[in-house]
Amino acid sequence: MSESKPLPVVDYLKIPENSEPYLEGYRCKKCGATYLGERNVCSKCFARDNMEVIKLSDKGTLHSYAVVYRSFPGIDVPYISAIVDLEGGGTIKGNLVNIDPDPDKIKFNMPVKVIYGDALGRKDKEGNSYLSYFFEPA
Amino acid sequence: MSDVYVMGVDMIKFGRFPDRSVPNIGAEAALMALDDAGLGIQDMQALYCGNLGQANAMVGQRILQEIGQTGMPVVNVANACATGATAFREAWMSIKAGMYDVVLAVGVEQMGKGLLGGAGGGDGIPKEGLLGSGTMPCVFAEAGMEHAKEHGTTFEQFAKISVKNHHHSTMNPKAMYQIETPLDEVMNAEMISYPNTKLMCSVNVDGSAAAVLVSEKKAKELGMARAVKVRASAMASDPYTDRDLVMPDVNACTRLAAKDAYEQAGIGPEDVNLVELHDCFATAEMLHYENLGLCKDGEAGKMIDEGHVNLGGKVPVNVSGGLLSKGHPLGATGIANIYEICTHLRGEAGKRQVEGARIGMTHVIGLGTACGIHILEKTS
Repeated sequence: MSESKPLPVVDYLKIPENSEPYLEGYRCKKCGATYLGERNVCSKCFARDNMEVIKLSDKGTLHSYAVVYRSFPGIDVPYISAIVDLEGGGTIKGNLVNIDPDPDKIKFNMPVKVIYGDALGRKDKEGNSYLSYFFEPA
Repeated sequence: MSDVYVMGVDMIKFGRFPDRSVPNIGAEAALMALDDAGLGIQDMQALYCGNLGQANAMVGQRILQEIGQTGMPVVNVANACATGATAFREAWMSIKAGMYDVVLAVGVEQMGKGLLGGAGGGDGIPKEGLLGSGTMPCVFAEAGMEHAKEHGTTFEQFAKISVKNHHHSTMNPKAMYQIETPLDEVMNAEMISYPNTKLMCSVNVDGSAAAVLVSEKKAKELGMARAVKVRASAMASDPYTDRDLVMPDVNACTRLAAKDAYEQAGIGPEDVNLVELHDCFATAEMLHYENLGLCKDGEAGKMIDEGHVNLGGKVPVNVSGGLLSKGHPLGATGIANIYEICTHLRGEAGKRQVEGARIGMTHVIGLGTACGIHILEKTS
């Protein structure tokens, strides 16, 4: 319940007992392709069982984005849906926060940092809280 | 292998028909295409039926239950927004394989209103608006902004595509809308996902389209006068690209299918007289000018600025009004755009006729991803 520790919003968000949360990737040892979450086969070079588990960087750059004004009912708008290339490999999508949702202020390739926080108050049917990741300008 | 011809093809006027069933809407186009070919359902050797919303509900067989249960083989296909093109291609392939001489392909969809897509299902909590947005207007806005990043494409240039397609649709009585939308109206419409305003999003409509495909032998028997030759039928899935699993890559997939299609037809983009491409959003159309080789990389903005893609331009794009104004009934779209091209090649497109059209191309993208491209040629 609410006093227990939050659950990760996706399975590739790791919450260690005694250190900071981080994002986990799987990297193909043969070709270097980097994936979010666990997998055994590389869809780039087709190598099997040749993946290494890596800690993804919490630094990246903004590849692309859109400013969302119409979403599903009950979801606060506007917000920035952002595609971020992480330093050292891996691309991830999420909300870019702590910046105005104004295309004049959002710059392509701007450095961003991955930050962690409560999943906007969303809880599952059992009342569990979740920890999510976000991006903010670095 | 026999060449394949479109002998009959038609679509219903797209609209909203909440009181009708999916098979009933599909049956209407099927009968229209049969009439156009001068054939009956008893002449068909197989049916390939495309529908997404009821993909598990035997729509093809239910169409035959409305118009004639001959016992022919029926295959129902679903392939996102490439569903109709996939049904057409399966029909084409069955003739190519020498299995049949006369085959019917139908695409049909009944759509609700509202946003398609959404980020992440599964366990836990809803992810939409938490891990970005998976709504289609946003996904294609992100793809458009990638183009803006690389080539400096502007909001105004994207908006001009919508102005053009809405203008074209005023000449198409089968389009959902026949309404001019000036640039300021497009740019000032409700913003859905920047840079796509509401008028830059395709219209959710109900609709159906159908085609009768025949072998060369059968085409000669029936008469070639209005037959349209299928010069290429290409399909690709998304090849691996670095961001594809996070940001669906509609570019690589289209380029792969386009290369195959041009090779099959033995022509280049400069030989194409008109194109119906997948303008599910204004931002998407911009990308495909380059993906289909209609211009060099980085010149898409110029294509719209200089009017090359307008009716009367170098290579008119979406003279039907496109998905933006004709409407986008997902499973029907891939055959409806084949209807549009055939109508021009037959010289029957009325006010929107592309003069002297000999070769036309259709293109659809189903996110996930499937790309279907057909090249069609006038025979007479």
